[in-house]
Amino acid sequence: MSTATTNAPQKRSFTAAASVYVNERTSVAGFVKELGRKAFPDHWSFLLGEVALFAFVVVLISGTFLTFFFQASMAEVHYNGSYVPLKGVEMSVAMASTLDISFDIRGGLFVRQMHHWAALLFVAAIGLHMLRIFFTGAFRKPRELNWVIGFVLFILAMAEGFTGYSLPDDLLSGNGLAIINGMIKGFPLVGTWMSFLLFGGEFPGTDIVGRLYTLHILLLPALVVAFVALHLVFVVVHKHTQYAGPGKTPGNAVGPPILPVYAAKAGGFFFIVFGVLALIASLFTINPIWNYGPYDPSPVSAGTQPDWYIGFADGALRLIPPGWEFVWLDRTWSFNILVPIIAIGVFIVLALMYPFIEAWVKGDKREHHIADRPRNAPTRTAIGAAGVTFYAGLWAAASSDLLATHFSLTMEGVIHALQAVVILGPFVAYFITKRVCIALQKKDREIVLHGFESGRIVKLPGGEFIEVHEPLDEYERWRLVSFETYEPLMLRPNSRGKITFGQRLRAGMSRWFFEDRIAPVTKGELEAGHGEHH
Amino acid sequence: MAQDDHSGTEIAAADSSHAAPAASPGTALIAPDSFENPGFPPHRPRVTDEDPKREKRAQRTVYTLFYLSILGSVWAIAAYMLFPMESNNVGDVRLNNLFIGLGATLALLGIGFGAVHWAKSLMYDVELVDERHPIGGSPETQAAAVKVFQDADRESGFSRRAVIRNSLIGALLVFPLPAVVLFRGLAPQDQNPIELLSHTMWKKGTRLALDPSGAPIKASDVTMGSAFHVIPEGLQDLEHGKLDEKAKAAVLLMRLDPKDLNELPERKTWSYDGIVAYSKICTHVGCPVALYEQHTHHLLCPCHQSQFDVANHCEVIFGPAKRPLPQLPIAVDDEGYLIAQSDFTEPVGPSFWERH
Repeated sequence: MSTATTNAPQKRSFTAAASVYVNERTSVAGFVKELGRKAFPDHWSFLLGEVALFAFVVVLISGTFLTFFFQASMAEVHYNGSYVPLKGVEMSVAMASTLDISFDIRGGLFVRQMHHWAALLFVAAIGLHMLRIFFTGAFRKPRELNWVIGFVLFILAMAEGFTGYSLPDDLLSGNGLAIINGMIKGFPLVGTWMSFLLFGGEFPGTDIVGRLYTLHILLLPALVVAFVALHLVFVVVHKHTQYAGPGKTPGNAVGPPILPVYAAKAGGFFFIVFGVLALIASLFTINPIWNYGPYDPSPVSAGTQPDWYIGFADGALRLIPPGWEFVWLDRTWSFNILVPIIAIGVFIVLALMYPFIEAWVKGDKREHHIADRPRNAPTRTAIGAAGVTFYAGLWAAASSDLLATHFSLTMEGVIHALQAVVILGPFVAYFITKRVCIALQKKDREIVLHGFESGRIVKLPGGEFIEVHEPLDEYERWRLVSFETYEPLMLRPNSRGKITFGQRLRAGMSRWFFEDRIAPVTKGELEAGHGEHH
Repeated sequence: MAQDDHSGTEIAAADSSHAAPAASPGTALIAPDSFENPGFPPHRPRVTDEDPKREKRAQRTVYTLFYLSILGSVWAIAAYMLFPMESNNVGDVRLNNLFIGLGATLALLGIGFGAVHWAKSLMYDVELVDERHPIGGSPETQAAAVKVFQDADRESGFSRRAVIRNSLIGALLVFPLPAVVLFRGLAPQDQNPIELLSHTMWKKGTRLALDPSGAPIKASDVTMGSAFHVIPEGLQDLEHGKLDEKAKAAVLLMRLDPKDLNELPERKTWSYDGIVAYSKICTHVGCPVALYEQHTHHLLCPCHQSQFDVANHCEVIFGPAKRPLPQLPIAVDDEGYLIAQSDFTEPVGPSFWERH
């Protein structure tokens, strides 16, 4: 390095000089050499995580702007801003400053709306990204921990969303907090005191907005940034997964280099996400707090909805049948609140643990870098579909009143139907999905063995008409045959001649996972197939 | 875990071709005559690689998009000045939002689409191939890492000096506890939530007043079938904690035909000529139960759709709530105004652990 600087005979360009200057003080050349030409596998479904990341960056940028104007105080003032219908109305400083951002600061409404839309997109993109990871098995070794980190990010994102939603101290967000207060109070033993501490006394008190603000702009963002950084470090360490394709093996990563193509595409994509959010923010109103008015514990309007990602929790509360609350041992047991929380908790823990469960069932200790096609893992895909159905049922329940009024149904009918969806729906979805996956696998086999329909009809000497099937070329074929199946675990006694309960459970789950399976076509089968036909 | 490795031994023997230190494939089936990877298909050049005209056109598109972005930025700045919103007119706010926003959109999308188009149509589209290496690193590195920990353990005596180690672990577990205790300060020291939750602002003789004006209500003003949103008189004059009191004391007042009311004998005196008052705070999670259906006498909570039957002491007829809405015993004073006979006889609002 030093020789390069001292012996340089001709004049260097500015860029070269600058890079040398920086490198001699940071040793950055090693990173550039290591990362700059890394191959980054490319597929549209890999963009979902990028959407989440970029939406988060937009949230950070727009949120920082908002902090310069928002005042997280619940002191009472009489509104005296530009929005005439609320002039003179008593409200908190938080609400008044949010109205000022919307009506008295040029471009303030634009940034506020972009912040809210970006937050909604952030959570949505994380959700879709997680579905992609799940259905392609991209959580398998060595990526189990990154799945867990991503899951934590999903929960943090929802917490960020809820705390932010509560800050303007308008009627809707205040009602959301009232619901949170009621839920916390339903916790056995600690609930009453937790609510008392959170709200700094009785609900609503005058502290909650300031406290949520600290969480919203300090604690939670710090955690999100830290976990995002960790998440991305692991993406680099593991290298990205890729879909099966000719030339792609478990031992390589194929794609455009980070510099320049991937950087240009991803960098451009950031601006596209940013631009689309700007477009939405300039065209579509979100959270018009001036229509709701300041928080007051007495009024409420019908048909109000939480932000979309809280819907599943709100829906779970609605689906509990009457009467699930008891007084026992002189204490109140609010199962109408505990059961939804426990059900959601179990759902989250199962989803979080899924990579470890599947690995245990398979006993597979190898690294997996080729993403599965969902059809080639029918049981996993069916489990995912069951989970999605469960979530969707809870989510739909958050709009039970709107479903009833829009479709002229009874409230009770909608609730009972959704109770059925949440309890029976997952089983139906599981069964249908598994059958569809297996049918698609059979179709793949059919295509590999007999080729695809060419559309060319030929009349045979005997007068019979047949459609000529063209065989696949080897590249196309590879896409359809390059997957593995697993066989059910055979139960065997261990070294002490015993069959443990764990092994029994594992064998049972293995049977459940892999009893119905379609193996990929082998060379022998293809040759035998050709023999029959020609 | 050792058993796991046994479960697929036969299959493990069949595999072991890839993955350097042969990890167990578990129950994976690897067919002996599966297809071989055919290798990369031949590279297909793009139109911009072959046709200089198309290349030129792509180049033009890219720089046009970048110039459009500059135009968008300039437009957004101009819109900031051209569309003021200091007129107290909501329409001006809309225009300001729309035109600043569209300018920013153009500025951002111009860069975005330009960069992506550049990458896709003009930059080299040859894919690179990286070798993957086992994530755990080489056995030598792993052994070296193990040795570091062993050396550190030996040199510090972490395993050997168990008393020191355990006392340190104990100290580390206990030292955050004072910080936890400090958080007791989140709520006032001299108050007890259970005590606070058990009482509201209502007391004997408090007049029922209209929400939000605070005007007291005469029994004669409450016509048959009507419903009023009610607060205790004097709530609006409170210096502090107005919302805290309102969150507990909000009441719904309804007048039914006395024939429709199925009143318990001990509560016969709690109503006045068909006028009944119930807490407005839902016993589920505490939303205001604000929707009254006059002809069925049902109250509906808009948050989670619990329904209460006013004719039967607001018992729950549907939804997740369990308890009826608490009733406020009312009477009429000398001047004909409705007054409370007492506070609620039970805590209002959502259930809590210590409630019984």
